[in-house]
Amino acid sequence: MKHLTPMRFALTLSLLAAFLFLVVVFSLGMGPSAIDASEVVRALFAPVSPDPVVDIVRGIRLPRVVLAALVGASLACAGVIFQALLRNPLADPFILGVSGGAALGAIAMLSLGGALGLGYAAVPPAAFAGCLLTLLLLYFVAGRGSRISPTALLLTGVVFNAFASAAIIFLASAADMLDGSRIFIWLIGNLSAARLDAAPWLAGFLFIGLSCALLSARGLNVLALGEETAEQLGVSTDGQRRVLLVASSLMVGAAVSISGLIGFVGLIIPHALRLVLGPDHRLLVPASALGGAAFLVLCDTLARTLLGGRELPVGAITALLGGPVFLFLLRRGEQSWIAPAGSAR
Amino acid sequence: MVKRAGAPPSAEPETLAFEGVAIRLGGRSVLGGVSFEVGLGEVVGLVGCNGAGKTTLVRSATCSLRPDSGEVCLAGQPIRELPRRVLATRVATVPQDVHVPFPFLAGELVLMGRTPHQGLFGFESAADLEIAREAMDRVGIAHLANRPVDRLSGGERQLVLFARALAQQSDWLLLDEPTAFLDLRHRVDLFRAVRHFTEAGGGALVVSHDLGGVARVCDRLVVLSEGQVIADGEPHEVLRPEIIHRAFGISVDIFEGPDGRPVVVSRLA
Repeated sequence: MKHLTPMRFALTLSLLAAFLFLVVVFSLGMGPSAIDASEVVRALFAPVSPDPVVDIVRGIRLPRVVLAALVGASLACAGVIFQALLRNPLADPFILGVSGGAALGAIAMLSLGGALGLGYAAVPPAAFAGCLLTLLLLYFVAGRGSRISPTALLLTGVVFNAFASAAIIFLASAADMLDGSRIFIWLIGNLSAARLDAAPWLAGFLFIGLSCALLSARGLNVLALGEETAEQLGVSTDGQRRVLLVASSLMVGAAVSISGLIGFVGLIIPHALRLVLGPDHRLLVPASALGGAAFLVLCDTLARTLLGGRELPVGAITALLGGPVFLFLLRRGEQSWIAPAGSAR
Repeated sequence: MVKRAGAPPSAEPETLAFEGVAIRLGGRSVLGGVSFEVGLGEVVGLVGCNGAGKTTLVRSATCSLRPDSGEVCLAGQPIRELPRRVLATRVATVPQDVHVPFPFLAGELVLMGRTPHQGLFGFESAADLEIAREAMDRVGIAHLANRPVDRLSGGERQLVLFARALAQQSDWLLLDEPTAFLDLRHRVDLFRAVRHFTEAGGGALVVSHDLGGVARVCDRLVVLSEGQVIADGEPHEVLRPEIIHRAFGISVDIFEGPDGRPVVVSRLA
């Protein structure tokens, strides 16, 4: 009987961690001046010295790579949690409009916060609040008693996304504080303007969210079968769900408030890993965090190198890659994931 | 049941007792004060027409629904006072069907029956695996262990859910229409496994439309009609034309089968 053994758990995560390290080294070598992998590794572990290579690798490129990894891990991890809680493999912070809600919260704080005398520090909490409110709205609109209609859920997400984008543009224009190109940062995710001092608390929220999800990973497995099944198996659903929703909102809020709306990471990564590793959340949650980190680092590397000197928003890369991959996965035999959920008991 | 002051809990009879359970859903009274007991070592069948409140009653025994009045008690203690996890080690449910949105393997689903015995993170112990394997053998689905649940037939999935409930190692089993999608052979296998469970000291409540099946497997039958118990007794006492007519509104003939148990044959005219 196949099941998750400690051996398989450790081996899979080690492989993914090694892959992430390779991706990071590759990304650190890419840029206006190409640096060999061996040089990158040397510079990474070298003592502080006035060496131009160390400056480029550690001073210029590393902070951005670290941020990309943290944002990618947060989004993928939140994606897995949403999919299990909403019992829908198509749930993703971006598609459900939760990221949009977070961005709206952030923009509202940026455009109004000055008037209230609040500084930049108030932006992440506002993003978090926007995130949580959107989730509550989704439950309110799409919830049918203790069940959630998958169709209503996705439709609400689509509509709320459009609403959030419009509200973001309205707020930004009204406040006359963001010109056209900077609105872009919010509407299509972008790491070029990301603030490096954000890394520690981004890491902190990721740690909290990942810990919550890991500590209740078996509960996530059971919750994915539905509330009543979970109760019959002795899992107290209300408490679990509240903790996990807050934890994932923290992660999405933090990620969005520094990178804007990066889509598809929370959808593609868990989807692909589930096909390879199976749906057991004890493995899927940490694997998605590592996979999401590697994926976004790769995408961000493409974003900053593909057009030579000009930067692409990384959200455009994830969508360009993610869209077709998603359609391919869907076509490859998982159609049943969309249709029959309405008949869920 | 009146709680005797000072009596140790073990003095209470080991029963799963429905005590005047009344439940209203959507403004409609579904159960109007239902009382009966399921003891250890017995199989009790719960029959009644569609909408008689059978599933609602089962849900009240797992605390998925709280009665508006009345109480469901385990050995004299109201189940709402028990932590969910403890309750799940004492009462296991085989639901009608469960939509599984992710491709869990059948074996993984059976292993989830061990959830109340484990923490929320960690790996299955050798004992957990053995128990799950035994449960699958008992139900005859060992060969399905590595198949994704979403690729199984309705009947196979029902057997997987039954094995999951067995792996829970509870004292009571609640089976909600366990034979709805099963062919004749698997129906017999399932009833045998239920018998084995109660012979080993457990108690079982079987909700079923299969009057012939429950008449053969059950020690007692409870007939539910419009949210009330209208009969409670041994199969030959309960399966009588007038009671069936009251519960289902049809005329039937009752014969004695080769095993001495009643056989119900409905009249078309």
